[in-house]
Amino acid sequence: MTEPLLCELSVPGRRGVRFPQPDVPLAELPKELARQHFPMPELSEVDVVRHFTRLSKLNYCIDEGMYPLGSCTMKYNPKINEETARLPGFANLHPLQPIETVQGALILMYELQEMLKEIGGFAGVTLQPAAGAQGELTGVLIIRAYHKSRGDLQRTKVLIPDSAHGTNPATSAMSGMQVVEIPSDARGNVDLNALRQHCDNTLAGLMLTNPNTLGLFDENVLEAARLVHEAGGLVYGDGANLNALMGIVRPGELGIDVMHFNLHKTFSTPHGGGGPGSGPVGVAAHLVDFLPAPIVDIIEEGDEETAPLYGFVTPPKTIGRVKSFLGQFGMMVRAYTYIRMNGPDGLRAVSEAAVLNANYLLSKLRDYYHLPYDRICMHEFVLEGVWPDAPEVHALDIAKRMMDYGLHPPTNYFPLIVHEALMIEPTETESKQSLDNFADVMIKIAEEAHTQPELLKSAPHITPVGRLDEVKAAKELVLCCGVGALEAEAA
Amino acid sequence: MNIPSDLKYTPNDEWIRVEGNTGVVGITDFAQDQLSDIVYVEIVVSVGDMVKKGDACATLESVKAAADVYMPVSGKIIAINEALPDTPEVVNSDPYGNAWMVKVEMSDPGELNDLLDAAAYEKHVQEKSG
Amino acid sequence: MFVPHTVDDREAMLQAIGVKRLEDLFQDVPAQHRFPQLDLPPALTEMEALQELREIASVNETTQDLVCFLGAGAYNHYVPAAVDSILRRGEFYTAYTPYQPEVSQGTLQAIFDYQSLIAALTGMDVSNASHYDGATAVAEAVSMAYANFRGKRAKVVLSPALHPQYRQVVHTYNLGTPIQFVGEDLDLQAGPEALLPYIDNNTALVIVQYPDFFGRIYDYTKLAEAVHAAGALLSVAVNPLALAIFAPPGQFGADIVTGEGQPLGIPLSYGGPYLGIFATKQEYVRKMAGRLVGETVDNRGQRAYVLTLTAREQHIRREKATSNICTNQGLMALASTVYMSLLGKEGLREVAELNYHKAHYAAQQITALPGYSLWSNAPFFNEFAVRCPKPVSEINAHLLDHDILGGYELGQDYPGMENVMLVAVTEMNSREDIDLLVDVLSEVSHD
Repeated sequence: MTEPLLCELSVPGRRGVRFPQPDVPLAELPKELARQHFPMPELSEVDVVRHFTRLSKLNYCIDEGMYPLGSCTMKYNPKINEETARLPGFANLHPLQPIETVQGALILMYELQEMLKEIGGFAGVTLQPAAGAQGELTGVLIIRAYHKSRGDLQRTKVLIPDSAHGTNPATSAMSGMQVVEIPSDARGNVDLNALRQHCDNTLAGLMLTNPNTLGLFDENVLEAARLVHEAGGLVYGDGANLNALMGIVRPGELGIDVMHFNLHKTFSTPHGGGGPGSGPVGVAAHLVDFLPAPIVDIIEEGDEETAPLYGFVTPPKTIGRVKSFLGQFGMMVRAYTYIRMNGPDGLRAVSEAAVLNANYLLSKLRDYYHLPYDRICMHEFVLEGVWPDAPEVHALDIAKRMMDYGLHPPTNYFPLIVHEALMIEPTETESKQSLDNFADVMIKIAEEAHTQPELLKSAPHITPVGRLDEVKAAKELVLCCGVGALEAEAA
Repeated sequence: MNIPSDLKYTPNDEWIRVEGNTGVVGITDFAQDQLSDIVYVEIVVSVGDMVKKGDACATLESVKAAADVYMPVSGKIIAINEALPDTPEVVNSDPYGNAWMVKVEMSDPGELNDLLDAAAYEKHVQEKSG
Repeated sequence: MFVPHTVDDREAMLQAIGVKRLEDLFQDVPAQHRFPQLDLPPALTEMEALQELREIASVNETTQDLVCFLGAGAYNHYVPAAVDSILRRGEFYTAYTPYQPEVSQGTLQAIFDYQSLIAALTGMDVSNASHYDGATAVAEAVSMAYANFRGKRAKVVLSPALHPQYRQVVHTYNLGTPIQFVGEDLDLQAGPEALLPYIDNNTALVIVQYPDFFGRIYDYTKLAEAVHAAGALLSVAVNPLALAIFAPPGQFGADIVTGEGQPLGIPLSYGGPYLGIFATKQEYVRKMAGRLVGETVDNRGQRAYVLTLTAREQHIRREKATSNICTNQGLMALASTVYMSLLGKEGLREVAELNYHKAHYAAQQITALPGYSLWSNAPFFNEFAVRCPKPVSEINAHLLDHDILGGYELGQDYPGMENVMLVAVTEMNSREDIDLLVDVLSEVSHD
């Protein structure tokens, strides 16, 4: 490979996109504030398009094949979403326009709030959070504000299972909470005995991912929620794994008081190589007043002749704003499109197929890889990527070897409670043929691990680059091509 | 696994070498091996700081892990290893020597009695890795 | 809708699992709550869905239907066709976070290009792979500065001329921290020197905007000197496009530069997704939250790119991380990278100058009208505040009747400023547009 960097492609004097000549008199620029040196690249449009097209070819993507990253829900991203989000009536709206001029956008947001409430079993929804992690922050701040409003200032303890995503403890710490880790029991559920010990008057809440990161539905969820509520705490639901639950169960009915949705996982908005995400938050009735402002609502009821007027309201005890403007609106259009195309039966079929696919794949692999928690799984499952009789092979080697077969590897080394974890989430959009192929490759690799371990240790072999020297990257820290390089080009 | 017999240890894999009323603190061979290639060291206390047993005195990062180093005893920081942040690899190559992190003037040498000796630490390590 | 299974597939799969029915896979779900009937509208085909979405979209009046003079943190700019053409490549938008670098070099190198261009644009040493938006980038600057001093400095000075929404987000992020915020009640007409009395040895960070919320451009050199003399850090929130013609914050000593990257090739899209720019000095690189891509080599000796310094992040540090952020605005960072490279050194200057000249023409024409005057005499880029003879809400209603989207009503955030309008002018506004605005404003003053 070795595609040059933009700064290396730059040729002094070369031009890309041009703009019209000024049609107004020129104003004088204040000299003392003027930029003297502007070291940006100089390229033609062809240079730029070819550079990024060549770069794109170095990526694996969901459009190319199965992307079974556990906990990430890499499902197919319908092409129609990209059309609807780019409709001029959505793409060319300024976020501060008078509400009378953006009723369409507000209707869409209002309806999406209503649909998420219905799917999750919640009384209120905010669409503002930019991503799952920001949804978590919103939720924990809401829990904090709720206790504070009741004079329960001592409630600062948040319980988090050891299988949780790192964002859960990081979010709690950011919110000024103390984190207490709760172990998992032998079946992968929250350990109720450990939970009970912490249910006292300092308890702010429990953060629960269900299905959890082992891909298991927590059999103790109702009891855990009851214990927490009885002690005066609230239950936060990490909605990362909602793809297993649509039309199967409403988290709000399980005792979850507040939960974030991931539009980029469950509702098919693209991951974009790492973002943008979108993390709406749903809350039970007793938390609606604390939601971030603004919330879209009907501010003037309509009648037979006039349509209702949609606008913004500020919840009376709001925690405030978590993001500028209204959130990741483009992602909302995509999620709305997806929910409308699926309908209630389609969403249930999505979750059913996600669970069916995971269990089917598990049934094909269980004889070849150790399964630490042997239960019917939900939308994903976790295997151990290590064998006693092939001690030199690790999960990482298996992951790298998968690339040689043209597949993206599963998540590895998470959750932390499984040794050499391989976390596999096929999603509902993979066909039986695709799953069979994936299983065949995994089985072949298990065999190679015992017969030709060096093939795994040296993998991948056919990718544009081989294994990288991550120690060098972290120690020498080259984070940009540097103004120096651009200056040299410009000289 | 190198566990020198003349040092005291914490269950969190710090060591302390006692020289009169001064303690020299670092992390063990086992800890550096668990972390793998150390790429970053930050000493988070300054000379003159009063520290309590259990306070963080340094932060270490490898490519895949991060760890805080905690004070095995209380006292006043009298020296920090200024060279270490520029040579983090020394934590891997010489954990008990040039990779010392801080020197502390102990305020309560009695705290040493709560620490592990080499044999007890070796047993602790075996349990952890088992 | 996007589930590929046939009836036969499903039967074969259930048989392989060893269960009879699909429902058998959900026995762990409490029976009393299992399989709720969702009250949602019935499914649509793609054709019907597109029709419905078109109808909803058509209700909106867009910046193509209206002449737009609205800014206040989001700006109506031209986005060259090649930007979206690259963004629509499935290889970019349907890839995940580049955790497996061997099959993600496209995303990784594009982020490295982004980091390089942002560092050059802001005049800083390093940039991360981006935050959510301009507001959350400022909130992350607060967390970074607080952590940098290990909690020993608990005061942050916020300029009252920092975007009101950014300040609101900063306050929300810090509901649970002991940080004290000062400065927001200062006289708006005062320049940055008004912040000086607040800066002392308990100050972690001073935050200003460039151009500020009112469009004003100040030289922050003296402020930076005072901040550094007190041992504190200076963070500057920028409009990145202004940096094509104005001195970059790195030049006057900023320690952190944040910004709203939307003007760099990202559609207005009713407020998002946008792009949170975050750059800093080399010495603070490990304190900076968010993803970072670094250069290294692979085992074949090739130059290659990888996510680096990940041990700072939440998935390793958990409750000890200074931020919970995991995503960046990957695709938006890519959009801005394509935009900056397409325009390049000359194109960026050209478009920034167009904004400057048109905004100054508009300001001159408007203030020539009786009853209208500039709220400040400070230099400005493409946005300025105008005192009007009537409340801005009234004027805007009148402008809208003429298909003009008027400027922002500053009274919404600043009591007493009900008659002051924040007007933004970009390369999208022709001289005719500006003259039309001036004509209608003149009618308003005569009513």
